[in-house]
Amino acid sequence: MSRINATFQALQQRQQKALIPFITAGDPSLSLTLTLMHALVAGGADVIELGVPFSDPMADGPVIQRASERALAQGVTLREVMGVVSQFRQTNQSTPVVLMGYANPIEAMGVEAFARAAQTAGVDGVLVVDYPPEEAKGLVMLLDKVQIDTIFLLSPTTRESRLREVGQLGRGYLYYVSLNGVTGAANMDLEAVASRVKQIKQFTHLPVGVGFGIRDAASAKRVSAVADAVVIGSRLVQEIQEAGPQAPQRLESLLREIRQAMDENVNKAAS
Amino acid sequence: MQPYDLPDQSGHFGPYGGVFVAETLIEALEELSRTYAQYQHDPAFKAEFADELTHYVGRPSPVYHAKRWSEHFGGAQIYLKREDLNHTGAHKINNVIGQAMLAKRMGKRRVIAETGAGQHGVATATIAARYGMECVIYMGSEDVKRQAQNVYRMKLLGATVVAVESGSKTLKDALNEAMRDWVTNVENTYYIIGTVAGPHPYPMLVRDFQSIIGIEAREQMPLMIGRQPDAVVACVGGGSNAMGIFYPYINDKAVRLIGVEAAGLGLESGKHSATLSTGRAGVLHGNRTYLLQDENGQIIETHSISAGMDYPGVGPEHAWLKDCGRAEYVSVTDDEALQSFHDLCRMEGIIPALESSHALAYVAKLAPTMKKEQVLLVNLSGRGDKDMHTVSEKSGLKF
Repeated sequence: MSRINATFQALQQRQQKALIPFITAGDPSLSLTLTLMHALVAGGADVIELGVPFSDPMADGPVIQRASERALAQGVTLREVMGVVSQFRQTNQSTPVVLMGYANPIEAMGVEAFARAAQTAGVDGVLVVDYPPEEAKGLVMLLDKVQIDTIFLLSPTTRESRLREVGQLGRGYLYYVSLNGVTGAANMDLEAVASRVKQIKQFTHLPVGVGFGIRDAASAKRVSAVADAVVIGSRLVQEIQEAGPQAPQRLESLLREIRQAMDENVNKAAS
Repeated sequence: MQPYDLPDQSGHFGPYGGVFVAETLIEALEELSRTYAQYQHDPAFKAEFADELTHYVGRPSPVYHAKRWSEHFGGAQIYLKREDLNHTGAHKINNVIGQAMLAKRMGKRRVIAETGAGQHGVATATIAARYGMECVIYMGSEDVKRQAQNVYRMKLLGATVVAVESGSKTLKDALNEAMRDWVTNVENTYYIIGTVAGPHPYPMLVRDFQSIIGIEAREQMPLMIGRQPDAVVACVGGGSNAMGIFYPYINDKAVRLIGVEAAGLGLESGKHSATLSTGRAGVLHGNRTYLLQDENGQIIETHSISAGMDYPGVGPEHAWLKDCGRAEYVSVTDDEALQSFHDLCRMEGIIPALESSHALAYVAKLAPTMKKEQVLLVNLSGRGDKDMHTVSEKSGLKF
């Protein structure tokens, strides 16, 4: 069983929801990224999404764009990002790591070479933002061979026929983008998210994570009541930038706060 | 030999093209594909488009025999397809009208666009004014500085111009930002892409709306010289004016198709925009095509004297026409383009756009090697009024 599946299974047994933080690899440096990953786990992360910097991050808002720019200014490459994952794996064999990025750096390396390198590094999932299912069948096949899950996005406008297709092609979990916009956007309509997640679940057995618009413990708690996983990204990236060398501690305590808020739902249900 | 019928159903030109966007944009692109399929062959839509081109743009644009310039070389006869005489001064308006007509039918009251040199932005602002639509133009902050006059023109026409500060602050970043706007405001907004790039169906529909250039040329050339030209030459930045004139000639194998890219300070200098000549296949801005990128797949900054050529990608159909050998792609430097710019001014009384001057500069190399009976047709895609500042600066003049 893949590390991602095992993680979600264990969470389900504990009736907990997954907390999935996103950070951009190499922002502000690759060595700090490694420290941050361990801090995220200490704070209660179940899966880590690691952003691979790209020069033209079309689907990202200003916060993650700038993180990408900072990482690229230091020459961070896809190979080096995978290097951080293998370092992380030296002391952590249980927390799944998902690489999230754009197609071109992967294609430049060669999709087959990428799949092999990702397996060797201990990567568990890959989300290519600009590979919708129509263009991703080859990638899914290659990643299946090396036991890496291909994660797909779903949006508020995704039609039912596509929900079925993505539900079949997706691995690990599905990532529901809760609003039309770029990363870091504000405001989400919780009721709409709840009914949408319910609809998506008719077409798939995969856990459904929700992201975009989650900024703090309160919003994470609300979303975790209606989804299997909560993804939080821009807020963390912003914290990293503001906290400087204190970033690991700041992220760990922020995550702990979010984790506790999410788990209150569980305790309430149990009592 | 089968007639050319690309793209396929899913928007591919051989291995190129396709739909490489986040899921959030898929439904909007499918809605656009459905709308275009509905109106593409609709007689009322076609009649309205033709009427706009005739009465608002001033089509057909003439074909002009550049006799003095041809004699200067002593070789092939050079003919110019005068897209510079269109309303707003370039071929860009053909496509914008077509897309704005689709926007109207889709009930979108707000249009957005990216622009490099500002020509596509001006064309979009123009049509938005004419159709009473809200208009927002994204432009790299570097280009805003280089093209102050066009920025002012857009504002006069009622558009909001947003200076984009991310990345290299040029056309590619303006495109990223326009995409971000679109994904956020997809309910009420239509994104008018200005070139034959982006996700399907854009490369196809921009080509189709621009193909009026080649359709007219195919009718005009036999009337002028009794046959079609030996070669058609056009500059290629993103590649919309080139696709517009090439497309109706694709099945006519006797006609050579030559695309001219910007070699900037020289291909060996690394400061150029010659994507097809030196790039590698990759994925950017929603399609697979040739790209200027480093070995890690990061897009690199390009250079050209002409902002409209300054783009690290190229339309996917050009990538395919290059690979299958139907079109040839060459490049000329900033200096060569500038020389032809001045020559056309002095010898023909026509001030060409710096983009179009790239096509002219290659013709200046090719014509002398050809016979006097042979004919070259150049797409003069725009006029050079917008380039006065750049050219005068190069000549050491200040206004």
